[in-house]
Amino acid sequence: MYFVEGVFTSSFWDWFITIGTLLSIFACFLLIVWIGGDRPAPDQDVETMGHVWDEDLEEYNNPLPMWWLQMFYITLVFGLFYVFLYPSLGSFPGLLKESQIVEYEREMASAKARFAPTYARYGQMDIPELAKDPAATQIGQRLFSTYCIACHGSDAGGVKGYPNLRDDDWLWGGEPTQLIETIANGRNGLMPSAEANRLEGDADVKAVTQYVLSLSGREHDAAAAEQGKAVYGKVCQACHMPDGTGMTALGAPNLTDDIWLYGGTVAEIEQTIKHGRQNRMPAHGEFLGEEKVKLLSAYIYSLSNKE
Amino acid sequence: MSEEATTYNYKVVRQFALLSIAMGVIGMFVGVYAAAELAWPWLNFDIPYITFSRIRPLHTNAVIFGFGGSALFATSYYVVQRTCHTRLISDKLAAFTFWGWFAILLAAAITLPLGFTSSKEYAELEWPIDIAITVVWVVYAIVFFGTIMQRKVKHIYVANWFYGAFIITIAMLHIFNNLEVPVGMWKSYSAYAGVQDAMVQWWYGHNAVGFFLTAGFLGMMYYFVPKQAGRPVYSYRLSIVHFWALIFTYIWAGPHHLHYTALPDWTQSLGMVMSLILLAPSWGGMINGIMTLSGAWDKLRTDPILRFLIVALSFYGMSTFEGPMMAIKTVNALSHYTDWTIGHVHSGALGWVAMISMGSLYYLIPRVFGRKLYSLGLVELHFWLATIGIVLYISAMWVSGIMQGLMWRAVNPDGTLTYSFVESVAAMHPFYVTRFVGGALFLTGMLIMTINILLTITAAEETEEGVNDRVLEPAPAH
Repeated sequence: MYFVEGVFTSSFWDWFITIGTLLSIFACFLLIVWIGGDRPAPDQDVETMGHVWDEDLEEYNNPLPMWWLQMFYITLVFGLFYVFLYPSLGSFPGLLKESQIVEYEREMASAKARFAPTYARYGQMDIPELAKDPAATQIGQRLFSTYCIACHGSDAGGVKGYPNLRDDDWLWGGEPTQLIETIANGRNGLMPSAEANRLEGDADVKAVTQYVLSLSGREHDAAAAEQGKAVYGKVCQACHMPDGTGMTALGAPNLTDDIWLYGGTVAEIEQTIKHGRQNRMPAHGEFLGEEKVKLLSAYIYSLSNKE
Repeated sequence: MSEEATTYNYKVVRQFALLSIAMGVIGMFVGVYAAAELAWPWLNFDIPYITFSRIRPLHTNAVIFGFGGSALFATSYYVVQRTCHTRLISDKLAAFTFWGWFAILLAAAITLPLGFTSSKEYAELEWPIDIAITVVWVVYAIVFFGTIMQRKVKHIYVANWFYGAFIITIAMLHIFNNLEVPVGMWKSYSAYAGVQDAMVQWWYGHNAVGFFLTAGFLGMMYYFVPKQAGRPVYSYRLSIVHFWALIFTYIWAGPHHLHYTALPDWTQSLGMVMSLILLAPSWGGMINGIMTLSGAWDKLRTDPILRFLIVALSFYGMSTFEGPMMAIKTVNALSHYTDWTIGHVHSGALGWVAMISMGSLYYLIPRVFGRKLYSLGLVELHFWLATIGIVLYISAMWVSGIMQGLMWRAVNPDGTLTYSFVESVAAMHPFYVTRFVGGALFLTGMLIMTINILLTITAAEETEEGVNDRVLEPAPAH
């Protein structure tokens, strides 16, 4: 059989497309052979068709311009060749067996062959070593420009909701293995809402906020903070730890410093506690591959581990 | 005989002609503002109603359906009456199409800035408006074909073939593309899913270009070019061949909008092949229009209205060459998703659709109002502003589009991309400014046309022949 099985529910569609296409191209041929062949002798005067509309609208009946007719034939012949050579007639794969998947795989294979030596060099090096290699960090920086800057910014400084990667503060840890894990498999950050945390109304939210302010030594209402401390001890410390320094295993941020992923104003902290936050770093391992994830990690590592 | 039976219905022609100009000014202004927002994004002032995403569909709907659509209504009603030598079959139904279309445009102008959209390109309007369009369109078809059936001449003039094909095909495209499930007054979901939805969308989208913006305006061309040139149409044979070939092959071309996507290879290939075959049928119309002038080329020097019509045909030829070329998969791999597409669309939309409409309206309005055109000098000025505006617009988009395509595919020796996306965005800025200037010139021309037309129709003095709306006896065949 010429057709690939299983592409359509029935081979009727293969025949429908094939016959329909070939007949259509053939019909165009017929049309121009039929009307284009009807050419008055060159010395004959061109006359109008004899019909007149709206006082003076008339039509000459000049022959079809030869160059135009030939152009039409050429496109039809080209089309006819093309539909047999490339996949066009239903699931018939075409005589050249080309397709966009074949094309993609060929290009990927050739890119792999071309660039493999470049990456092979880095296979044996560890992350701190790569972070000191200018050629390696340059590749990392270029990968960063392609895949990361839309969220983390072109200077890796981050914006609200997307962490700064240049400092020493890490939600999920800044060690080489942790960086690779974050980039390759992604991370899902979840701060539950006040309701999910069974806080009692806005009073609790405000009280906990005051306590959180006190953790980083900021101005706060001492009485409310005292009340908030009790709630913190029951709920928040499970992730943020009793001393508020956070836990990288869960991506729970350190609350004792002056770094705020979702803003550090009283209103913003209250909003975070009341409504919770959800955040997601997408996984990149599958399409970047191990080598590129490693180079990207090395670049990130280099940003906060300068000599 | 009653007054009705001995005159043409010019009232509806006048209404649509003026609506077309008003919508042209509005739609082009919104377009220029959208272009300015791309060059200077702060211009949206953080107001949701005027963000680019909402005013872009407002622009496309206003210029395509408001300006172009009304021009098609006006000219088709004028042409079908004069070439059938009979009045429209029903004044009431014709008036219904005007007020219905007006209401639809109004509804579009309100709902699109409010963010109500079905998110289908060129078919953004939500389901209640879709139903209204269907009703108005069916009535339009009844008026048009009813009038053809009442014609006093045996042969149907070629312009009416094109108007007829446009009316029938748009009805079919509109209905099938907008099959959707309403879930509220202003929200619906498409009846199709995934790649089928994309295919139906571009089957509609490309044929909106083919039948609304091409066949309809070719109808316009076939009446106003020979009239203004005072010459017979070049070739009846050519009109037959290119009419049938055009309407037959256009309907296949949609998949070229979906090259290298989840669309099956065979569909992409057929879309490409048929787009290439479409080159000759498209050029047939251009040849027939331009060659109509043979023997009267000198008129181009003195008649700016004729110049509008002929330059429109030149842009038509240029963009229908560019189109098949961009449909070739290898070229498309570079041009797709870039500004080149925007430039291509505008060389067709500004160069062909708008210029042919403007030329036709300059011809038609003095005649249906029985007034002398206020100033040919202003038409001349309009012509040059429009032409320079288009050239600036499309050359800016060519450069920027090809540059985008090349920047996106540039690769370092280590296999990484040379440019981040944002670098390509930054590189576009000078071209976005140039495009804004081109658009602003084009809009200025449209404003000059508006003034010229307003001074024409409000002139106190009628021309000698006045409103020449007497139904003519058909000339005997010779």
